Amino acid sequence: MKATKEEEKAYGDYIKKVTPIHNTAFNVLRAFVSGGLICLVGEFLNELLAGQGLSQEVAGAWTQIILIGTSVLLTGLNLFPEIAKFAGAGVLVPITGFANSVVAPAIEYKKEGQVFGIGVKIFTISGPVILYGVVVSWLLGVIYYILHLTGILSGGMG
Amino acid sequence: MKQGKYSQKFENTVSIVSAASVAGKKEGDGPLGKLFDRVEEDPQFGQDNWEAAESQMQKMAADIALEKAGISRGQIRYLLGGDLLGQNIATSFGLMELDLPVFGLYGACSTMGESLNLGSMLMDGRMADYLLCVTSSHFATAEKQFRFPLEYGNQRPLSATWTVTGAAAVLLGNQGGIARIAGVTPGKIVDFGVRDSMNMGAAMAPADDIIGP
Repeated sequence: MKATKEEEKAYGDYIKKVTPIHNTAFNVLRAFVSGGLICLVGEFLNELLAGQGLSQEVAGAWTQIILIGTSVLLTGLNLFPEIAKFAGAGVLVPITGFANSVVAPAIEYKKEGQVFGIGVKIFTISGPVILYGVVVSWLLGVIYYILHLTGILSGGMG
Repeated sequence: MKQGKYSQKFENTVSIVSAASVAGKKEGDGPLGKLFDRVEEDPQFGQDNWEAAESQMQKMAADIALEKAGISRGQIRYLLGGDLLGQNIATSFGLMELDLPVFGLYGACSTMGESLNLGSMLMDGRMADYLLCVTSSHFATAEKQFRFPLEYGNQRPLSATWTVTGAAAVLLGNQGGIARIAGVTPGKIVDFGVRDSMNMGAAMAPADDIIGP
């Protein structure tokens, strides 16, 4: 049975009233602090490595590898979900979240085999990010190219 | 015998001979904890993967129900069972060892009710001396199938449903037992347009309200 529009509206209003939700301001604050902390650690590593005589580019790459590695390790130890429960977007938006979203399905589907388990399922969460990331960068590239051809933007093409 | 528009009132005795329940630790810690026949601390139930764990739970529940009733496997004519997973995998593997004909049901949260509805109608029709109705769900298999891998970090909304780790088996007979089923009224699909798939309480509540007492 499909409820009428009026019934749906009345019920929708009712559940909106009674459904408990997380405190957004508090969540944003926690995400801000923990996300900032991760960036601070990244910056610290970057400076430390650059100070050891590595070029800025190589130091940046190592920083990323360390952050990704840590996130992967914490996921494997099943500590990441607890951290994410507290930090939310603070830990999910940086590269740490992406690493977790790739490793988690790999662990979960390992039991179903290397190809049909890990191979097929590893990008189930991060897949959309990769797909639309590539599509959007392609689109922006085309716009950038056209702006150059028409002379609206000047200067070298990368 | 047909009663009203959708109900059945039984002419013959349909009795619940015995019932058994197996649950996980979280459920055991809850307010119903003391009522479960077995609470298992190991979420994998000694198995290699989550699906096998759920199968094991069904098997345990079925065994306990038979043990309580003092009935042997051979006296049961049919199994009516189901779970939440694709191809009813927990049921088909869990009940395989019982070596009995199985009617696989898929009613999600209503599978237990569905199996009792159908089972009691079969019993009223005297199609069997004993029938076993079984169902199960497991938090980890449900998360894997419908939501996210367990290791994935996300913030669960406060209203998100937590799938029970548990299995139940109910043995139906035509005499004695612990309760009698006098009639049944199956439910209809009720859609009040709740689009939040995580908030299943809100999605399912209107069904209870309409089918009611």
